[in-house]
Amino acid sequence: MSDLAQVVLLTLRLAGLTTVVLLVLATPLAWWLARSRSWWSEIVAAITALPIVLPPTVLGFYLLIALGPRSPLIHLLAPFGVRTLSFTFTGLVIGSVVYSLPFAVQPIRNAFAAIGDRPLEAAATLRASPLDAFFSVALPLARPGLLTAAILVFAHTVGEFGVVLMIGGAIPGQTKVVSIEIYQLVDALEWGKAHLLAAGLVAFAFAVMLFTLLMERRFGRMRP
Amino acid sequence: MGGGGFEARFEGRLGEFHLDAAFCAPARGITGLFGPSGCGKTTLLRCLAGLTRLRGRFSVDGAVWQDERIFLAPHRRRAAYVFQDADLFAHLNVRANLEFGLRRAKAPIATPLHEVVDLLALEPLLTRSTARLSGGERKRVAIGRALLSQPRLLLLDEPLAGLDAAAKAEILPYLERLHGAVAIPAIYVSHDLTEIARLADHLVVMKAGRVAASGPCRRGGDGVAATDEVRALLAEQAPDVTTGLALAALMAGLAPVGAPPIRPTVEPISPVQPRSRRPASDRPG
Repeated sequence: MSDLAQVVLLTLRLAGLTTVVLLVLATPLAWWLARSRSWWSEIVAAITALPIVLPPTVLGFYLLIALGPRSPLIHLLAPFGVRTLSFTFTGLVIGSVVYSLPFAVQPIRNAFAAIGDRPLEAAATLRASPLDAFFSVALPLARPGLLTAAILVFAHTVGEFGVVLMIGGAIPGQTKVVSIEIYQLVDALEWGKAHLLAAGLVAFAFAVMLFTLLMERRFGRMRP
Repeated sequence: MGGGGFEARFEGRLGEFHLDAAFCAPARGITGLFGPSGCGKTTLLRCLAGLTRLRGRFSVDGAVWQDERIFLAPHRRRAAYVFQDADLFAHLNVRANLEFGLRRAKAPIATPLHEVVDLLALEPLLTRSTARLSGGERKRVAIGRALLSQPRLLLLDEPLAGLDAAAKAEILPYLERLHGAVAIPAIYVSHDLTEIARLADHLVVMKAGRVAASGPCRRGGDGVAATDEVRALLAEQAPDVTTGLALAALMAGLAPVGAPPIRPTVEPISPVQPRSRRPASDRPG
């Protein structure tokens, strides 16, 4: 039983950390994509959306190369004592961040775009610098989009399987997450434990969807 | 040039629309910026605020806000702008909206919160969400918010547009009180001569992206009565922009046609075909 608890805790830690990292990374990126008028920003948008279309195995394969011992990235990190990031928790976080990037960028970008120029112009004529206006006007107005992004990223990371299988392996306490554990339990014919985890994920997924829909209803009503 | 007052000159193209406007106005009282929909009033006002960047020059009491080398960003200009649809911040209540500019004002506070709240009768609204305001209340809050940013110049873009007659009648007295109580000069965009006649001390008439005439207004006496006649004439001749402009110039007591223009670019009022193209940024009110 403590095995299962460890697996669940590791999964929650991975999903939580991925969500925090992605909100910090995706918000400025989404802001730029929403405000940019240049056509080539759509190239960047297309690249960030790739993980939606690509099979997790393709993504996992490239991540395995990028995080493996022979990658230039790892060579850069060698002075800090890093030899490889594949099959580590850190590698798993990096993989999850890449894999869930579109689920963060898309809703935040839409939320920023929906605000329009006007509130920011109003803030500027009231002496707010662009940075000030971003934090005091744009971010609060984009709150529903940020919340949607956080929920989607968290849930998507919990449900991730292919990428983890490719770059994570199944090291207990390191990279063994719920979806992998279910696969292994079924493989080992431990159906009872598999049921427990699988049913838990179904309940979790339902709770997330219900919460998202209720939030949308609330924010929808709040609009003037 | 230099010296007191506003001196503005902007020239440039925005899509199909060409703006080439110059005017001078005293830095006190209300300057009405009048002209038909689509003539570039809003564009000119946005240039003054620095929200739209065109080539030009703008100085306020000798302080240059824009010229060939200088371009002050909107948040450095101390020009408060009241947008046509008020554009209150939806995530803040009325009090927080009012305090937004006040908290960011670096100048000494000459117009404190309580004064503006009294002037615009905002006390009962302070704790309300912006979603629970009528159109007229929204405009009042927007005007108050602009005043509290301690501006050197107040820019009002058709503050009465989109309001019904009752709401207009509610706001106009506030604007008139504003005129007496606050020393901040204002530029007031409108295509409604009644409003201009009641409020403006100085009139700038625009036509097709240019300033057609500019000068002080005659106030008091038969001003309002004359304006009713003007309105009647305007209603009759709605498609004929030129007549409206000529009447507006007449009302304003401007120099005769062709006589000393304020800038070489000012052209005499002569029969021209009404504009058909409209810039996207200047919505008809």
